[in-house]
Amino acid sequence: MKTHDKNKAYWKQNLRYLAILLSIWFLVSFGAGILFKETLDHIQLFGFPLGFWFAQQGAIVVFVLLIFIYVRWMNKLDKEYDFDED
Amino acid sequence: MSVQLWTYTFVGITFALYIGIAIWSRAGSTKEFYVAGSGVSPLANGMATAADWMSAASFISMAGLISFMGYDGAVYLMGWTGGYVLLALLLAPYLRKFGKFTVPDFIGERYYSKSARLVAVFAALLVSFTYVAGQMRGVGVVFSRFLEVDINTGVIIGMLIVLFYAVLGGMKGITYTQVAQYCVLIFAFMVPAIFISFQMTGNVIPQLGMGAKINDGSGLYLLEKLNNLSVELGFAEYTKGSKSTIDIFAITAALMVGTAGLPHVIVRFFTVKKVRDARKSAGLALLLIAILYTAAPAVAVFARTNLINTVSNQPYANMPEWFTNWEKTGLLGFEDKNGDGIIQYTANAQINELTVDRDIMVLANPEIANLPAWVIALVAAGGLAAALSTAAGLLLVISSSISHDVIKSVINPSITEKQELIAARLSAVVAVVIAGYFGINPPGFVAAVVALAFGLAAASIFPAIVLGIFYKKMNKEGAVSGMVVGLLLMLFYMLKFKFGIFDGGKSAVAGLQSDWWFDISPEGFGSIAMLVNFAVAYIVCRFTAPPPDKVKEIVENIRIPSGTGDAQQAH
Repeated sequence: MKTHDKNKAYWKQNLRYLAILLSIWFLVSFGAGILFKETLDHIQLFGFPLGFWFAQQGAIVVFVLLIFIYVRWMNKLDKEYDFDED
Repeated sequence: MSVQLWTYTFVGITFALYIGIAIWSRAGSTKEFYVAGSGVSPLANGMATAADWMSAASFISMAGLISFMGYDGAVYLMGWTGGYVLLALLLAPYLRKFGKFTVPDFIGERYYSKSARLVAVFAALLVSFTYVAGQMRGVGVVFSRFLEVDINTGVIIGMLIVLFYAVLGGMKGITYTQVAQYCVLIFAFMVPAIFISFQMTGNVIPQLGMGAKINDGSGLYLLEKLNNLSVELGFAEYTKGSKSTIDIFAITAALMVGTAGLPHVIVRFFTVKKVRDARKSAGLALLLIAILYTAAPAVAVFARTNLINTVSNQPYANMPEWFTNWEKTGLLGFEDKNGDGIIQYTANAQINELTVDRDIMVLANPEIANLPAWVIALVAAGGLAAALSTAAGLLLVISSSISHDVIKSVINPSITEKQELIAARLSAVVAVVIAGYFGINPPGFVAAVVALAFGLAAASIFPAIVLGIFYKKMNKEGAVSGMVVGLLLMLFYMLKFKFGIFDGGKSAVAGLQSDWWFDISPEGFGSIAMLVNFAVAYIVCRFTAPPPDKVKEIVENIRIPSGTGDAQQAH
């Protein structure tokens, strides 16, 4: 593959990953924590109404996971395209 | 030992530690002063970023605000952490690859223009000053209560400490003090939270205690109990909140985007070696932040329940010592309106007799729960660690913006490295003095002021950087007009609706709420200003000349991680 095409393909895959991760990011915070909060509140998780839990704790836990998944995917992608810096 | 003696001990030990680290790691070159020589490990950078970013607002104010806002407090929790995801995915790796010293560096080069750089400098300064004033205020609150000095004296002591290690150590000194400050602040936040969680629910993990049953024999979940108490006193149910959905949405979005646009946080990613490290340290930073951010809503619930149980409908004469201590600072007030000697606490402003400043909840919480003296003192040291670490990070942005982006890049490019270093240190001194002034004459609650800084960052810096990375065709005309319009719009809205400048001053602010555009508060308006910035940038860009090929090459280059240059190379 030529460098130019290779760079393009790498960038495309990067954008695909971002789209997936940011959709989840939006769903757990703006979705579960705000827009659908009232509906989810009918479900009880221990002492928490579920929507309230997402807004105050759940979304944050998912955020942390999202970044670590991103790190993993990107490290793998860098290897595949030989963009590894080591 | 008394609380005061413990406090002097803890504060003394931690201050000595910070100063020791600053002397050990003082900066010798501009590269060390601006980006710690780009040799910080991902874990150390993660801890430093966490301390840098968790401010007096996170430590002192946030749980207190949440305890009075209930569900609505989620705007801070989701907003401030959610922005981290944007930062990690959209900005940090690319800016590290770009490899310069400051945010205006990137904007100036990417948009091949000195005016773009200057607009970015202006935005960075505005955001940082607004933010740092909040930190100084936090320092003042802690000193006035625990060391029983006047708030203003407290601010001045805080100024001197920050001045000492920011001026001496630059980014290098700040990074390693922040690592120590992270340890202090997380320990100081979690110890009382664990104590109180165990006391109230029997669960030692506060995050879980929040959803557990309260052990007062009622068999109710803690949150149910608090909902009942709130309704009895005429407040909204704790888990429901009272802001409109659109405002919650807008504030959360503004805080998220603002977090990602904060120059003092972005610049931390210039300090690691590789793009890979930048990604990893963003993850570690959020993990370390999440420990406090998932515990804060629990602390809010504990504090609110305890407060109501301790003071509501109790005789004033029976109030414990902490009550009178806080009364002395003027941050807690009791006015016996009906003269019965009993504290009536209700949502009805006419008969309510208790006023509580939100900023005292976290600090007073261990006392309200009757925890041992050393735990109370620990919280004071933690609050100071949080405020000082953030203030130092901000001062560095301010001083590097002036010495590097204004003096070195625009006014006099021929100054030597030594002179630039002197300029950097002098600007830090001036910045501390200005910040101290705002700390003594603060514009409002710590967290509310900080929230406005986020609005300004969202309206200006974030769109310019994102477009610079993800939209190759964006040109200087588009980016500059976007930033200028976004910033002015945000400033206008803030001055109009937060400070009442155009309608007769502060007293008019409450009456203006019905005029809010789209029902969105000044805190949430940053998200609208950001959209306007994007739209203006795009439209202007369509009708003006495309960027030169050289700039397109820069963009293609930062998208690929390999071959990370040294931060110094370009100079």
